[in-house]
Amino acid sequence: MPPRSASKPSKKRSNPDSVTSSATGPVPSAYSKKKASKEVDETDKLFDKYANASSGVIDPEGIEKLCSSLEVPHTDIRILMLAWRMKAERQGYFTKGEWRIGLKALKVDTIGKLKKALPELEKEVREPLNFRDFYAYAFQYCLTEDKQKFLDTETICQLLDMVLGSTFRAQVDYLIDYLKIQKDYKVISMDQWRGFCRFCNEISFPDMTNYNLELAWPSILDDFFEWLREKQA
Amino acid sequence: MSFSQNREPITIEDGFKLIDAAVTKLTRIIEGKPEPPFLPEEYIGNYTIVYNMCIQKPPHDSSGPLYEKYGAILQAYDKLTILPSIMEKHDEYMLREVSRWWEINKIMVRWLSHFFYYLDRYYIARNGIPSLTVVGMTCFRDHVYEKVHFNVKQVVIALIHKEREGQQIDRALLKNVLDLFVQNGMGNMERYEKDFEDFFLTETNSYYSRKASSWIQEDSCPEYMIKAEESLKKEKERVSHYLHSDTEPKLVANVQTNLLVLVAKQLLEKENSGCSALLRDDKTDDLSRMYRLYHAIPEGLEPVAVAFRLHVTAEGNSLIKQAEDAATSGIVEEQVLVRKIIDLHDKYMAYVTDCFQNHTLFHKSLKEAFEIFCNKKVAGSSSAEMLATFCDNLFKKAANDKSNDDSTIESTIDNVVKLLDYISDKDLFAEFYRKKLARRLLFGKFSDDHERSILTKLKGQFGGQFTSKMEGMVTDMQLGKDQQTGFEEYLKNANTGKPKGIDFTVTVLTTGFWPSYKTSDLNLPLEMVNCIESFKAHYEIKTNHRRLMWIYSLGNCNLTARFDAKPIELIVSTYQAAVLCAFNHTERLTYQELIDQLNLSHEDLVRVLHSLSCAKYKFLKKEPASKTISKTDSFEFNSKFTDKMRRIKVPLPPVDDRKKVVEDVDKDRRYAIDASLVRIMKSRKVLPHQQLVSECVEQLSRMFKPDIKMIKKRIEDLITRDYLERDTENPNTFKYVA
Repeated sequence: MPPRSASKPSKKRSNPDSVTSSATGPVPSAYSKKKASKEVDETDKLFDKYANASSGVIDPEGIEKLCSSLEVPHTDIRILMLAWRMKAERQGYFTKGEWRIGLKALKVDTIGKLKKALPELEKEVREPLNFRDFYAYAFQYCLTEDKQKFLDTETICQLLDMVLGSTFRAQVDYLIDYLKIQKDYKVISMDQWRGFCRFCNEISFPDMTNYNLELAWPSILDDFFEWLREKQA
Repeated sequence: MSFSQNREPITIEDGFKLIDAAVTKLTRIIEGKPEPPFLPEEYIGNYTIVYNMCIQKPPHDSSGPLYEKYGAILQAYDKLTILPSIMEKHDEYMLREVSRWWEINKIMVRWLSHFFYYLDRYYIARNGIPSLTVVGMTCFRDHVYEKVHFNVKQVVIALIHKEREGQQIDRALLKNVLDLFVQNGMGNMERYEKDFEDFFLTETNSYYSRKASSWIQEDSCPEYMIKAEESLKKEKERVSHYLHSDTEPKLVANVQTNLLVLVAKQLLEKENSGCSALLRDDKTDDLSRMYRLYHAIPEGLEPVAVAFRLHVTAEGNSLIKQAEDAATSGIVEEQVLVRKIIDLHDKYMAYVTDCFQNHTLFHKSLKEAFEIFCNKKVAGSSSAEMLATFCDNLFKKAANDKSNDDSTIESTIDNVVKLLDYISDKDLFAEFYRKKLARRLLFGKFSDDHERSILTKLKGQFGGQFTSKMEGMVTDMQLGKDQQTGFEEYLKNANTGKPKGIDFTVTVLTTGFWPSYKTSDLNLPLEMVNCIESFKAHYEIKTNHRRLMWIYSLGNCNLTARFDAKPIELIVSTYQAAVLCAFNHTERLTYQELIDQLNLSHEDLVRVLHSLSCAKYKFLKKEPASKTISKTDSFEFNSKFTDKMRRIKVPLPPVDDRKKVVEDVDKDRRYAIDASLVRIMKSRKVLPHQQLVSECVEQLSRMFKPDIKMIKKRIEDLITRDYLERDTENPNTFKYVA
């Protein structure tokens, strides 16, 4: 069969429930426009502090600087959450537009305020509907090539730890063990990625008594289930 | 009594006196005592008394009292005469009494009704009261039947038991007595049923229950069945002799339940004589009996069909095991095994058609049994491969040995098609068959008729798509003959003559029909190059826009080798010929030189050199003279070679590619599954996972049994390729992405 994308208008992100984070903002009026432009100025100034002068975007180095300003580790999930808020498209980079969107949504314009806003952001992201979206975004964010659809298992292990580690420690540990040991899957698709989250949310662990092999769980989870069962025996 | 009008009305007292006298006379007559019969005048006179008494003017109109009198007469007779006589007797004598008095009573009622007939005409009709006959019957029922029926029933049942145990009894008597029960129901079967039949059936139940218990212990299955059949026959006779026909179905069901249904498992599984043993030992009569007996019972055949299936499965499994055990060094004797399976099929199909009357239940059992063991692997070979190899050998032998008559070949072909039906991996069979067909068509003789015949039958059974490629291959061979004639014409006409004087035949294969073959960049000897070129020229004239791909690995050559002793004709493959011809110009060549000159792969060259220098016929001398080819060897033409034959065929052993066939089929299956999934989702739009999987399996079942895990993986792949998506609300349901 010919690859589907050849006959369809190519979408960069082909997910049906693509990233949709609400972007609210104040309705511009004469006074608020002035205020808004003042805010934008502050935001832009902040942006320039971290952006690379020649490229005009915040690059990985800039992000690292940002992280130390925020006193947050470089690999912390909150940076990813921030990226999600910004609807950042490229891993490791923030454009000016994205920066503006993000900070506006958080209603902050200084580093101090941004730092204070992080717990609020985290709470917001962890709301079930937002989290689903954020979770899918996390996968997409890591795709580097244009038509790439898979992530290697190494990256997935790191992502799992970051995104689900705090809530589902046990499951994540076992999943990572499995992913490292198994040889059948070298890459993971979005559907499988989503399956992991569903698994953690729906299946009681570690007994997994409500797991059903006859349902439409991705095969990798069937294999994981059988592997773990054998281990437990 | 004269007919003249009486002036005086008859009083009740007088009238009754006259009637009593008549009754006394009547009873004497019907009881068989010496008494002159009624004269016609007496008869009429009796009637007239009643008549007159009825039409008399009040207060002497006596219809009412007469009606009462009638009833009283009969009641008295029943109570005082009939009943005591019966009660005096016992057993069979009592039955006879009952029967006798029943007849007498009938006559009594009849005659008395005649006397009192006038009442029937007017008094009874006008008042809507029971008729004379009804009064009579009711009287008997209430005053005789009700009192004696229990004992009568006991006696009857005891007699029936006697008859069952083999003794003679008076059947006519029983018939009369039981008829009595029926009649005393007065319009319905209640009395018969409640006062007799129920008890009879209970007694029958325990009787046959006991018999079943003892027979099942002592008798073999055939003996038991004969007894059961006999019992049923006897009971049916019993009904026709004296039981009411209504009893038959209940009786038969009763006997069947006790003798056949409740013991079915024990009976059928009896060691050494049960269903299994009968099948093994060809006991068709017993099996037919078994079918007859159980067919008559609703759902009775099921345990028999199960026993049949288990037996056939066991037989099949043991054949498989035998073959597995006999397979030495991983090579299975599929000729023997397939023949045995065919024979097994014929044997048990015969049972189905003969003993089991072609019943669908048994066809199904046979199919299920064969499907179980026909899909087992033997020493690593799948049944699909074994069947394909079987066909290959069959046709090769048939082409070489024309003495085999066609009808046996045809019937074997029919058997093969039947067996294929039981094999789930039909596509695997097709692929193996195709590979072997290619070899048959290209190397050696084949019978066009046989090849076409099996393809036609396969097409009929499994559809055109199954056989289209293979048919194409056979057609190619046919067309090839015409093409060759055309080519030879061309050579003649083009005045080129035979290129370098070599007879050259080309077979053009249509890509797609034939298995895919590797091409190689073999450097042919010059003489052969010319042949190729001349054919190319001819073909380009004949056709447009067709590309020829030369597959030298499939060709063969006849060479004349001039050995010192005598020239010998060698029939070899093109590769082998190329290697040998290399020695036309040089005495000695090293392995490396041969590789450079011929441009063969190492694998191929090693094989070829081995066949020419280390095998049975050593046309080339190898230095060093070891058993294997190494890259440092060198070779020389062995002029000293000779053999008593003038013609030697040197086969190049084919590369066994079972693994490749399996891989190719797996790949095709993945495409087939994808196509099926997309087809289903396109039409259904939304479908839950389990349904999608089962529909997919259903669609593909004609060709193979898809692995569920593979289907799941294909679904996931289709999701990644944006053909399907999971429903956001319910991740177990899929939606088609338009």
